Amino acid sequence: MAGRHLHREGTIRIPSGCAIAAMMDRTGGRHDGTDILRSIALMRDRSNGLGGGFAAYGIYPDYAELYAFHVMYESREARAATEAYLEHYYLSEKQERVPTEDHPAIKNPPDVWRYFMAPHPMRLPASGLTEAEYTMRHVFHINSSIDGAFVASSGKDMGVFKGVGYPEDIGEFYRIGDYGAWAWTAHGRFPTNTPGWWGGAHPFTLLNWSIVHNGEISSYDANRRYVEQFGYDCELQTDTEVITYLFDLLARRHGLSQEMAAHIMTAPSWQAIDAMAPDQAAFETALRTVYSSALVNGPFSIILGSEEGLLALNDRLKLRALMAAEKGPMVYLASEQAAIEVVCPDAEHMRSIEGGVPFVVQLDEVARRRQREAAESCAVREQPRDHEVGVRPCRRKEA
Amino acid sequence: MMDCVLPRYKVLRDADLCSGCGLCARTCANGVYRLAKDGGLPSIEPARCVNCQRCVVTCPARALAIVRWPQAGTGSANWTLEAMQDIAKQAQTGGVLLASMGTPSPYPIYWDHLLLNASQVTNPSIDPLREPMETRVFLGSSPEALKVNERQQQVVEPLPPQLKLDMPIMFSAMSFGSISLNAQKALALAARELGTFFNVGEGGMHRDLEPFADCAFAQVASGRFGVDPHYLNTAAAIEVKIGQGAKPGIGGHLPGEKTSAEVSRTRMIPEGSDAISPAPHHDIYSIEDLRQLVFSIKEATGYRKPVAVKIAAVHNAAAIASGMARTGADIIVVDGFRGGTGAAPKRIRDAVGIPVELALAAIDQRLRDEGIRSTVSLVASGSVRNSADVVRAIALGADAVSIGSAALIAMGCHQCGDCSSGRCNWGIATQRPALTERLDPQAAAERVVNLLRAWTCELQEMMGGMGINAVDSLRGNRLMLRGVGLNEKELEILGVKHAGE
Repeated sequence: MAGRHLHREGTIRIPSGCAIAAMMDRTGGRHDGTDILRSIALMRDRSNGLGGGFAAYGIYPDYAELYAFHVMYESREARAATEAYLEHYYLSEKQERVPTEDHPAIKNPPDVWRYFMAPHPMRLPASGLTEAEYTMRHVFHINSSIDGAFVASSGKDMGVFKGVGYPEDIGEFYRIGDYGAWAWTAHGRFPTNTPGWWGGAHPFTLLNWSIVHNGEISSYDANRRYVEQFGYDCELQTDTEVITYLFDLLARRHGLSQEMAAHIMTAPSWQAIDAMAPDQAAFETALRTVYSSALVNGPFSIILGSEEGLLALNDRLKLRALMAAEKGPMVYLASEQAAIEVVCPDAEHMRSIEGGVPFVVQLDEVARRRQREAAESCAVREQPRDHEVGVRPCRRKEA
Repeated sequence: MMDCVLPRYKVLRDADLCSGCGLCARTCANGVYRLAKDGGLPSIEPARCVNCQRCVVTCPARALAIVRWPQAGTGSANWTLEAMQDIAKQAQTGGVLLASMGTPSPYPIYWDHLLLNASQVTNPSIDPLREPMETRVFLGSSPEALKVNERQQQVVEPLPPQLKLDMPIMFSAMSFGSISLNAQKALALAARELGTFFNVGEGGMHRDLEPFADCAFAQVASGRFGVDPHYLNTAAAIEVKIGQGAKPGIGGHLPGEKTSAEVSRTRMIPEGSDAISPAPHHDIYSIEDLRQLVFSIKEATGYRKPVAVKIAAVHNAAAIASGMARTGADIIVVDGFRGGTGAAPKRIRDAVGIPVELALAAIDQRLRDEGIRSTVSLVASGSVRNSADVVRAIALGADAVSIGSAALIAMGCHQCGDCSSGRCNWGIATQRPALTERLDPQAAAERVVNLLRAWTCELQEMMGGMGINAVDSLRGNRLMLRGVGLNEKELEILGVKHAGE
């Protein structure tokens, strides 16, 4: 791959600006990728051809219960090593090359494969981990230890199609018009300094999470060092990666709703808290105190995709553009209003997302289910107790 | 035999300017000046001068200046004049050399090798005049995850007690005895005004300070002076002092002549008796003993007050701090070896302990490696000289810093390092009524408030420049730092990259 003499994500921290877009059908109706492709293509001058990609939810209904791994390989050796590794820890139902189409603008693409797998029925319980944690660790392992292999996505009934190029070219390369998804997100990248690496393109994903992001967060190292305490490896050194891990920590592990997680990351100012009624102020103060290192600072707009739907969030000072509009069951999001109007000229309720106020779009069935659920957060016990798995206390160095 | 000790300073008096008013003689408690009986200019005894500069500042004619004693050394880099003078003093007295304030020895000051970042192009800097720039922090332990009821917007399990600081700067422990009550009052007034905390030190809490108890740390040190349930319950928080940066491993000694009636009442010891703090706490010989003390204090205060544990920055500080976090301590305070003191053996002050920058970086990283950093607060002290040092400390991983010397300097201290004599001409490190009355608590507090308000403005400017609008996002944000002139190992310990990387 070209430009090997330059640093890739993971060996150096690279700031980048971007275009982002998303659309979703709240009823769960599936739409092909033509619209999202037109939407992101309109914002061509917000990317520079060094990265583009799409995340799609609901594209593998036949394998909805299995983990769908999209893996990019730079060599046959990488594929052999990865497949041997996956075979050890998972039972594969199906594996195949992701269909692609030659495109004049896409040079030297990696070999992209997908695997539909279930965790090994004996190794999973023996690990003492939850299924999600088990998968997360194996994804981390492949990405950090197998040279030339990168897991682009690892969720269920979803997938990511990304690479080096303008997003519309990447979309055509992956033939995203052939997939039907109830939610699409898209990303066009403007890195300031990078050779362009397929793994470093966005959306970034972990399990069912996918994130597209525009901005450069100034709290990066504070957030990174916070999540690293909980076993997340910030391999790529990107903002998107650390924001994904924050969502995973707060929502999946600590049992908070996505909206609450987003609220914590863009907490209200102390000035606002001081003006609140005492009970509300106490609640907000407790959140800010416990999760002060999860506060995300600096300009950003993000769109988070998950099995529940989409969540859009702007930094609390609203330093990045992000527009939202609706039409019937459809919700549209984009960095620029024109990118929504190009696919839905009569979109309603066009407005910009407010700084620090999460914009949540849930599937109707998810919203109904959430209504019935208890409102109390319930932290997942991630780490097995020492006596359950072995004798060596983890991560204690002193005698 | 002849006394070989030379004067340290020489007093220069401009006879043309001097009006002979004699204010210098009335000002100097060290007896440098003596009024002449014939009405001439006061005589000068330079050997008594400690260079506190009180006479220089107060002389209405600006006729005075202090210079170093102009004696040439031999030129030896080994047997410097100071090294020989130390020997002369000890040969004369047979005693331990006493010194005060932080070490003046030229050890590396890592703060000065850490440069801060600012935003350019890819993200905007933030203007603190336009946008909120938050400096509030909370100190106390906290759970890893918060259990909340989202629909009712309530916390299901209450948080452990927290201290709210409007700025990430507090005042270090300085006891009544080592400093005057007026100096303590000034710190108390300033702490209340600024929304932060002062620390009464190990000498108990004078009844005049009780109205300020809600912004006071009560200290429990090895001498346990003034400690009773009332003392513990009056203060906002309790600090167990294991060690002090300026004199790790040793206790303290307040000479009997300083135990005035007021000091006696506050310390709960007989008037005129020596107040000796033993080197260790005699009920803490190991980490599990510390746990018992921490929980005894929590029992005594109904778990309503955070308990801090303060250690001197020593070689193994990271492992010690990790142990402390597991003893139930809510706040870990690490005090670097450049920190000040009212009195310490000179050799210990100048040779024991490590710089706070390295200890802080190592502790923060260790706690993170063990996944417990966010459950405990970390405070750094031991020579924080300005707002840039505050930014550096927070970026290395501190929740807040404590300042001692800087606050005293704001009140008038000139770092002469003669605190232990009890003749502080500025009314700070003395108990003599004639001297303490020179320090007006209100006026001194105002100067301290000015200082910290200025630092806070600078802190906000620097944070804004980095594109950060809350101090939460600066904490542990080491990417905002770059080392300059540091070797690989130093960079590794500090966890920062070199400038240009």
